[in-house]
Parts: sequence; C-alpha cells; structure tokens
Amino acid sequence: MIPSSFEYHRATSVADAVAKLAANDEAKIIAGGHSLLPMMKLRFAEPPCLIDINGIAELKGITVEGDYLVIGAMTSENELIASELVAQHCPHLVNVAKLIADPQVRNRGSIGGDIAHGDPGNDHPAVMLSLDAHLVLHGPDGERTVPANGFFLGTYWTALEEHELLVKVKIPVRRAGMGYGYEKLKRKTGDYAVAGASVVVEMNGGQIGDVRIGLTNVAPCAIRAEAAEEILRGQVPSDELIARAAEAVRDACDPAEDLRGDAEYKSNMAAVMFSRAMEKAIADARG
Amino acid sequence: MGKQAVSFKVNGKPVDVLVDPRELLVHTLREKLQLTGTHIGCESTHCGVCTVDINGQSIKSCTFLTVQADGAEVTTVEGLATADGLHIVQQAFVEEHGLQCGFCTPGMLVRAASFLKENPNPTEDEIRWGMSGNLCRCTGYQNIIKAVKTAARMMQEA
Repeated sequence: MIPSSFEYHRATSVADAVAKLAANDEAKIIAGGHSLLPMMKLRFAEPPCLIDINGIAELKGITVEGDYLVIGAMTSENELIASELVAQHCPHLVNVAKLIADPQVRNRGSIGGDIAHGDPGNDHPAVMLSLDAHLVLHGPDGERTVPANGFFLGTYWTALEEHELLVKVKIPVRRAGMGYGYEKLKRKTGDYAVAGASVVVEMNGGQIGDVRIGLTNVAPCAIRAEAAEEILRGQVPSDELIARAAEAVRDACDPAEDLRGDAEYKSNMAAVMFSRAMEKAIADARG
Repeated sequence: MGKQAVSFKVNGKPVDVLVDPRELLVHTLREKLQLTGTHIGCESTHCGVCTVDINGQSIKSCTFLTVQADGAEVTTVEGLATADGLHIVQQAFVEEHGLQCGFCTPGMLVRAASFLKENPNPTEDEIRWGMSGNLCRCTGYQNIIKAVKTAARMMQEA
C-alpha cells in the first residue's frame, strides 16, 4: 500500500509552516503521521502536498505557565508518558497516553496531531473536552486561543481555519479535590476504542462540585455528555446516581455501526466506560 | 515535484537515495538498499515486523516516509550483530527458542533491543507492554517474552 503522489515540504518554523500552507492549495500538515499516512495508503486521503512539521523545535516541549500545563503540539505520546511535569500536574494524560496504540506508534504520534486530525476514534479530543483545555492556533493573522469545547465539529472537521496550525495545548493544572478517570474498551492493543469515556470531577467536600465527561468514538466527533453532567453536579455520589447519569451518557451517543459493533452495543459500552471512569475519578479525587 | 535526494545512516553507514516523497522507508530499505531483514507484514502499522530504530527510537517503517529520514540514524535488524557475533538479544532468542516460523522475528529483535535500552531490568508485565506493538501470527509469545527476559539477564551479567 503506497500513497498517491504528493509534493513534500519541510517546514522550519511555525511561520514557515503557515506560509507553506497558504502557498499550497489543499496542502495537509503531517505531524506524527500515524492517522494521516494510513489514510493516504488506503487512498482515503490524497492530499497533493504535505508539509512536515516534525523538524520545528518550537512545537515541542512541556512547561507550566501560571495555572496551565502547556504542551507543544508535536510532543509525542511517549514524551507525555515520560514527563514529570505531566505526572505532577495532569496525571490523567499519562494514563490516557498509555492506552493509545503501541510503543512504536507512541514514539511518533503527537498530542497535536491526535487532536487536530478530527478523528472521532482518537483519544485526546474527548480528554481535552473533559479537562477544559484550550488550544492555541496559529494562522496567517497570528495566534488565537480557543476552548477545546466547541473545537470538534464533525468527523475530520474541526474549528481550525484554512492555513491554521495547532501549536499548543493548555490544560488547567490539577487543583485540590480534582480526580480523573479514563476508560477505553478496545478489542486489542493498538485498536481504536469501541467506546471511551474521560471523566474529570471536582469534589466539594462530599458533593460533586463540578464534573466534565468527554466521550470517544461514539459520535461523529468527540462529545461532552452534558445531560449526564447536569445529573451529577451538586449531588452526593452513589451507585444509583451514577447509574442515572450512565443512562444519560448512553442517550448522548450517536455512534456509527462498524466492525466494532452496532450503535446499541457501542452506546451501552460508553455508559459502562463512563460508570467505571466516574468511580475511578471520585476515588482519585478522594486520594 | 520529482524525486528528492535523501541522506541518512543505516547501521552506521551513510547512504544516499533518490526517492519519490511517497516512498515508505520499509521499501527503500528492502528494495534500494537490499536490507531485506526488515519485513513487510500488515502494512497498516499494526504488526510491527517492519520495526526499525530512528535516532534510537523504535518506529514502524511502513508508516514513515523515506524523505523524513533525512539526516537520521537508522538501525535495522542487520545492524544488531557485530563481527564479534550475535547481539545478546539474538542469542537469547536462540536460547529460548523465541520464534516459530520466524517471520516476525526481525521486528521482535529490533524492538526488544530498543526496549531493553529503555528498561534494562523489566518485569514480565513491562515486557508484555513494551513488546505490544509486535504481533506473532504463530502466537509464540511465551518464548518471546522469555527470550527478552533472558536477554535482560544476560546484559546485566555481561
């Protein structure tokens, strides 16, 4: 399997990448390439031009700026797993990255590519929704920062404008009372999720102060289960409460039927993944 | 745009190739450089038989453009053994019979060598996780895991 022909350009800086995007019609950015190249090999994607951002040093690196953990878009999954800053300020990302693909793929696959590709099967989009992350985008007119909530519009469709590049991800650092859980059902190592749920809870004493639920691969794009969040907010957690919220999670799903299962099965599995992730998040918050 | 000149090192030796941008590294290795130890399996980033190291990191060469290797150091299975004999990982695979048909073996060896640099003293669970990007269609995993464990021990003793 070999992709169709394309032109290949190596970008040397963010400004250079944006200029090259503007100069080449229908060009695609290649980050880690582990979503895009497989699609190109299957000829599901046939971009006439690739702009490689692997050599851009400013797209790498993890820092803490104020209340945010700031992660360069080209930071690989294995770099997330190995990072002490991530372990300290958002251990959720370490757990998520460990569930993505396999060791070789994690050396190449990047957090930015995973988000910007817009594949509903990718894990970081739902995780970004639940973490209330912000995305820094760079275009011909400079930089803008947008919330992850609202960025995912459909399958392979995001709020990225033409000639815009995702450069950084900003994640609120862990606060007291915060707990995380990510649960992903997959058929085998390296597979996309049948269904996945990312839960970030903020406990306020014995009550759920705030909660955000992101769902992977059960809709045209990553979604927030807002009705379920409403059921949980301000309540004291119990099995009965989580079961009610799980029903709302199931109802929020709109999955495509494929080899991983039909819509009913996937929606039910999303509810199960949510319940487990929710229990984990509450336990995590209580330390 | 036509072919592009790409220069990199394979197993320490500088090479120059002229490739279409769409050429995948595994094809360059096998067809242009006659390094056929790196196999082609699933061609879809799953099976790991095409695993090589790029700048000391394991990757799947079916999902890597040769033009992206410009300036890189590539290690293939041919680069494991030296004039002094087999690499410790290769010896361990022989000792533990870490193969059945042998098709997945090049990828297993390259990945195991790299994994043991990342984690020189792994537990069995860590080996299973670290080797999870390589599939064995014969399902000969038990001896493969044993071989990696033995290689770790042999390295500690060496």
